[in-house]
Amino acid sequence: MAVRKNKYEMPEQKPKNRINNFNEVPYGYDEQTAIDEAKRCLQCKNKPCMQGCPVEIDIPGFIKCIADGDFDKAADVIKSKNSLPAVSGRVCPYEEQCEGLCTIKKIGEPVGIGRLERFIADYERKKGVKKPIKKKSTGKKTAIIGSGPAGLTCAGDLAKMGHEVTVFEAFHAPGGVLMYGIPEFRLPKEIVNAEVDYIKKLGVEIKYDVVVGKTISTEELLDEYDSVFIATGAGLPRFLNIPGENLDGVYSANEFLTRINMMKAYKFPEYDTPVKIGEVVATFGAGNVAMDSARTALRLGAKKSYIIYRRSDVEMPARNEEIQHAKEEGIIFKLLTNPIEFKGNDKGYLTQVKCIKMKLGDPDESGRRRPIPIPDSEEIINIDTAIIAIGQSPNPLIPQTMKKLKIQKWGNIETDEDGRTNIPGVFAGGDIATGAATVILAMGAGKRSARAMDEYMKTKIWPIKK
Amino acid sequence: MYPIVEKKKLSETVKLMKVKAPLVAKKAKAGQFIILRIDEKGERIPLTIADYNRNEGTVTIIFMEVGKTTKQLGTMIEGDNILNFAGPLGKSSEIENYGTVVCIGGGVGIAPLYPIIKALKEAGNYVICILGARDKSLLMLEEEISKNCDELHIATDDGSKGLKGFVSDVLQKLIDNDKKIDIVWAIGPVIMMKVVANLTKKYDIKTIVSLNPIMVDGTGMCGGCRVEVGGKTKFACVDGPEFDGHKVDFNNLMLRNRRFLRDEEEACKMHEETS
Repeated sequence: MAVRKNKYEMPEQKPKNRINNFNEVPYGYDEQTAIDEAKRCLQCKNKPCMQGCPVEIDIPGFIKCIADGDFDKAADVIKSKNSLPAVSGRVCPYEEQCEGLCTIKKIGEPVGIGRLERFIADYERKKGVKKPIKKKSTGKKTAIIGSGPAGLTCAGDLAKMGHEVTVFEAFHAPGGVLMYGIPEFRLPKEIVNAEVDYIKKLGVEIKYDVVVGKTISTEELLDEYDSVFIATGAGLPRFLNIPGENLDGVYSANEFLTRINMMKAYKFPEYDTPVKIGEVVATFGAGNVAMDSARTALRLGAKKSYIIYRRSDVEMPARNEEIQHAKEEGIIFKLLTNPIEFKGNDKGYLTQVKCIKMKLGDPDESGRRRPIPIPDSEEIINIDTAIIAIGQSPNPLIPQTMKKLKIQKWGNIETDEDGRTNIPGVFAGGDIATGAATVILAMGAGKRSARAMDEYMKTKIWPIKK
Repeated sequence: MYPIVEKKKLSETVKLMKVKAPLVAKKAKAGQFIILRIDEKGERIPLTIADYNRNEGTVTIIFMEVGKTTKQLGTMIEGDNILNFAGPLGKSSEIENYGTVVCIGGGVGIAPLYPIIKALKEAGNYVICILGARDKSLLMLEEEISKNCDELHIATDDGSKGLKGFVSDVLQKLIDNDKKIDIVWAIGPVIMMKVVANLTKKYDIKTIVSLNPIMVDGTGMCGGCRVEVGGKTKFACVDGPEFDGHKVDFNNLMLRNRRFLRDEEEACKMHEETS
């Protein structure tokens, strides 16, 4: 039988409906569709897809289980490597990873690996997650700083290995960027909570309101614990550094999304945290965070929601799926357009942004063509709210307060491949080590560090860097 | 959960609370702040630390009931729990022996000034305090402060206590009397800090102010608390909350602090109707 060339569609909410609610956009596969999609997998002997998976899931293995209708076994296969499948099954850039290496891509669309992972995670959650198997206690204690994707993955893996794990979280809720950054319609918070519950079932304790570097120092943790993993993320928002940026109505994407996702400002005044957006919202930047911000603005009732980006559509860093969703929902893309000044009224409130048209020149150090302003092409756009989504830098709290820690030029912590820093027993991973990247790369880093931490705690051997 | 172990009413709208938070108490220093959230639906608000007791593991906060959260907090009593209480946040005051220091506190700003006064006195400074408020009922910690300083001056807008006038009038008098002042700390309403900073700038007296912009996380993540200092954008939560008063753009701060005023009024109205 010839292989079907296209993925089975995943049904989703219609754009005109979904812009009025915060419910998740895709509904996920039903059982039969999942089995049909799983049967598209060729079960290649060399498993090329696995090379693209930062958390080392046996992809053909779990897909085979789905094709056989054994969803419970599929869940076991995934969970043996990945403690957060409902998260990665939603926010992974599969097209660049596992699916990008799928053999069927030579003749058509790859197997919908992400959709299948999501299906299994949702199946398992609805059924009630099994109590995980843990190894015998090692008597070793480890501290994880930050409960985002890197921290949770590392915590889950170390707990499975039999270590006693405590996670220190600065906020009042777990999940890091999964909770404050990614909106409900892309990653429901109920799902994040369920994944965190699984990690807790492994015996991991999460302590909230502890700002490591302030409430307690990393050095103090090292006195009490056998190893420490720093996973504090890329929390420092970048700004455009143009006049008028401190007017009321100009938010960093972090502030805007945190107010809405974590503090539930979209339910104000039932919840106490407010957010104000007016009628016309402009988001600056074109990554996933920018798409999230622009689409959130629509759901809060914005009549117009712009993406303003200085390069062209091919350079947009967001995932294609996010860009498509944004376009379907009516986000207006103003490309090759660069903001140069925000203007406000006498009350200090934002009213306009002045932009200049750009053209693309020769490639810059990032390999993308450098945008160059076109003289005399300024235009003024009336806006009520501006959201700056041009990236984040590593959170400076721990680098600032742990003086001996080796830091790189951009503020990220220097580590080897397994996350070892220059201080024995101290590991770091995720965005704090790499700079802002993806959820799955942070999870992969958490996984590698967990292995190295396990080894270190058992042997106390700290490899000297050449 | 962080239990309230003591509550005192300092005036009709100003309350003092001692909160059990041993980790925060252990690290707290003068000039730092905490962020609290009352309950599941609450917002996160920053409050400057008014005192701490490492042995008891308590942190004292003093707040004026101005918005929904502070009003709700004001209704809580001893034994009640605050859901979240994180800190100590921000940089602590740079305490050293400067010589003669003038500490100026306005209204509820007197509270965060108190630990700074104590620390400066302990460091060997000659500490002159100027406390001001609209009327005498809004003055606080007078007794505690008088024990920890060398001179205490009071000014009230209505003359109900001390000099009738502003804290800046008292400062001007000190300057006119050729008092040698090495540094000034001023904490209070933005307008008070602005007036004091403008005055000391004329005489080139270094002045530290403590800023209280709107915050969400308090750890440098949201940038909601950004302030303009010396033409550069700073985050009050991690770069401050204390800054060189001669470099702060107070007008921008006043405008930024009004950005949710209408929502705040709505939330307050709802709170009053339901409680």
